[in-house]
Amino acid sequence: MVTNERVIELIKQKIPDSEVIVDNLSGNDHLQVTVTSSVFEGLSLIKQHQLIYSALTKELANEAIHALALKTQTP
Amino acid sequence: MNNQIKDKIQVLIESSPVMVFMKGTKLMPQCGFSNNVVQILNSLGIEFNTFDVLSDFEIREGIKEFSNWPTIPQVYLKGEFIGGSDILIEMYNSGELKQKIEIELAS
Repeated sequence: MVTNERVIELIKQKIPDSEVIVDNLSGNDHLQVTVTSSVFEGLSLIKQHQLIYSALTKELANEAIHALALKTQTP
Repeated sequence: MNNQIKDKIQVLIESSPVMVFMKGTKLMPQCGFSNNVVQILNSLGIEFNTFDVLSDFEIREGIKEFSNWPTIPQVYLKGEFIGGSDILIEMYNSGELKQKIEIELAS
């Protein structure tokens, strides 16, 4: 299990200028995460999401996060 | 991931212009995100093949390494990874998905 605060912290470590919102879809391992950052400028959707996934590799691998819905946007 | 699995994945990806690695099957999706992808492709009237990753743990883990994408479902268009549930939904809503698939299938 991983707390929402921990998810925010992990993403911010990877993308310092990001604004991160974490909502629980159902239970605490189904998360909706919205990330706003200028780093997404010019990146394909796949690259944007891979950036976030790279911050959560362990949590996704050990299924602490079972389902993750991502929304990325630039400020 | 050993080459035998990599080859198996490559064969699966090339088995259909549009290929979906999902949890469950077209008729019995076992996960909401996988179901999203099936519904979107069905609504566009797109022919696609699926592979149930719940039936093969090696493929389920191998596909994540293959595309450097840690979640299921995964959609491939003419061998190219185009996204999972979120990206398919965004592309569907913007109309980009229909256009991209039609262009690829026509070429």
